[in-house]
Amino acid sequence: MNLFFHLGRYFILIKRVFSKPEKLSVYFKQIIHEIDNIGISSLPIIAIISFFMGGVITIQSAFGFTSPLVPLYAVGYTARESMLLEFSPTIVCLILAGKIGSNIASEIGSMRITEQIDALEIMGINSAGYLILPKIAAGVFIMPFLIAISMFLGISGGYVMGIATGACSSYEYIYGIQAFFEPWKLYYSFTKVLTFAFLITSISSYFGYYTHGGALEVGKSSTAAVVYSSILILIFNFLLTQLFLT
Amino acid sequence: MIEIKNISKSFGDTKVIDNVSYVFEQGKTNLIIGESGSGKTTIMKLMVGLHNVDSGEILYDGQNFPTLGVKEKQEVRKKIGMLFQGGALFDSQTLEENVRFPLDMFTTMSKEEKLDRVNFCLEKVQLTNKNKLYPGELSGGMKKRAALARAIANNPQYLFCDEPNSGLDPKTSIVIDNLIQSLTREFNITTIVITHDMNSVVEIGEKILYIYKGKHWWTGNSQEILKTTNPELVDFVFASGFMKEVFNAVRNK
Repeated sequence: MNLFFHLGRYFILIKRVFSKPEKLSVYFKQIIHEIDNIGISSLPIIAIISFFMGGVITIQSAFGFTSPLVPLYAVGYTARESMLLEFSPTIVCLILAGKIGSNIASEIGSMRITEQIDALEIMGINSAGYLILPKIAAGVFIMPFLIAISMFLGISGGYVMGIATGACSSYEYIYGIQAFFEPWKLYYSFTKVLTFAFLITSISSYFGYYTHGGALEVGKSSTAAVVYSSILILIFNFLLTQLFLT
Repeated sequence: MIEIKNISKSFGDTKVIDNVSYVFEQGKTNLIIGESGSGKTTIMKLMVGLHNVDSGEILYDGQNFPTLGVKEKQEVRKKIGMLFQGGALFDSQTLEENVRFPLDMFTTMSKEEKLDRVNFCLEKVQLTNKNKLYPGELSGGMKKRAALARAIANNPQYLFCDEPNSGLDPKTSIVIDNLIQSLTREFNITTIVITHDMNSVVEIGEKILYIYKGKHWWTGNSQEILKTTNPELVDFVFASGFMKEVFNAVRNK
């Protein structure tokens, strides 16, 4: 029953979010602000994690491929497939769910408890649209770029660490990352990213928007936003993988 | 003019507002007074649509607000300015951005015109040259005045003030009260002020509605309230010894 209540309220909120904006120029400014807030500020953490994870995947692959029947270029191939199919689109999005999700929920939740959202409503502004639409638009726009950077840095990290530790040669790694490449897998990856971007921003906004109480409840909304965003990312990851890869 | 007709509201099994009717007149400071928990803020929230009425009508110049559609409600709300108890300023925006916000959203003014209007409003509330300060850098009284500046920025026809002098010292309270009254008269606004501050009642109460346990209990003005014999209102007004002395002084004149 509780699930249906939240689902119903979520879809009603989404309908309000996508109603006609009062003034496009103000919304556009908000979107630019949110791109910076959600996207650009997340770049350092994504860069560091992706680079080192790419390196670790490469070293682990090289360590595991002990059979002479497995060519060494398989190390590069494995690093590319891991980064493209799963690490960048899913694991990085889970990390972003933590960073962006808590940020969005606590920001909107604080506005709720200090009556700033009521103030917007009384001014005649659709508060759901004004606060949430720019976040969703910015997230869906910027996250594919973040994930593309993550993919590039992950594969680069694999190259640098693979060479530095002697796990494979430069030629083998570069040959590996080009081997058996199927471009449709990028389509699969970026479909996942767009879905996850929408889930993270909208679910976190939902929990923030319906915060009631004080500082403690803002904290609870933040936690709920991260937990539910992460769970839904995992569920949709399974559904989309099933849809695309079978 | 705003008229409420037989409005009622319950939360669960508790009836918070019980069949209240009143006319809030244009160009006057209309006060809603009552003890804490008597339903004053609920009436205001019903009037601006933050809560829905269970029954009754809320007429904004003849338009029944609760029955309007979302877009029509938004159009009415564009004519409303509201001063919240806590100010409700947008804390990530400067004072200038806060006051300019309704202008950005609803007008086609140029940047210069908006700045002129912002400066005019800030001057009205005695916050000249404070444009670049953030709400976090303001005192309680300054926050209320800034919120008042934002509330009047878009030339509202209706001004709602929820306990405008709660938490303020008597001197700042008088400044806020006088501001509200002068703005009401100057711009011919329908102003509704919620308060339980007797000083405000005496200073600016041109029309007063006393709410007792969610019911319309007494109406009058600042002179009549000092001569009231209504037992509940006498208890409320003369709760302090000081007010009793004022009352006796008035009676003995």
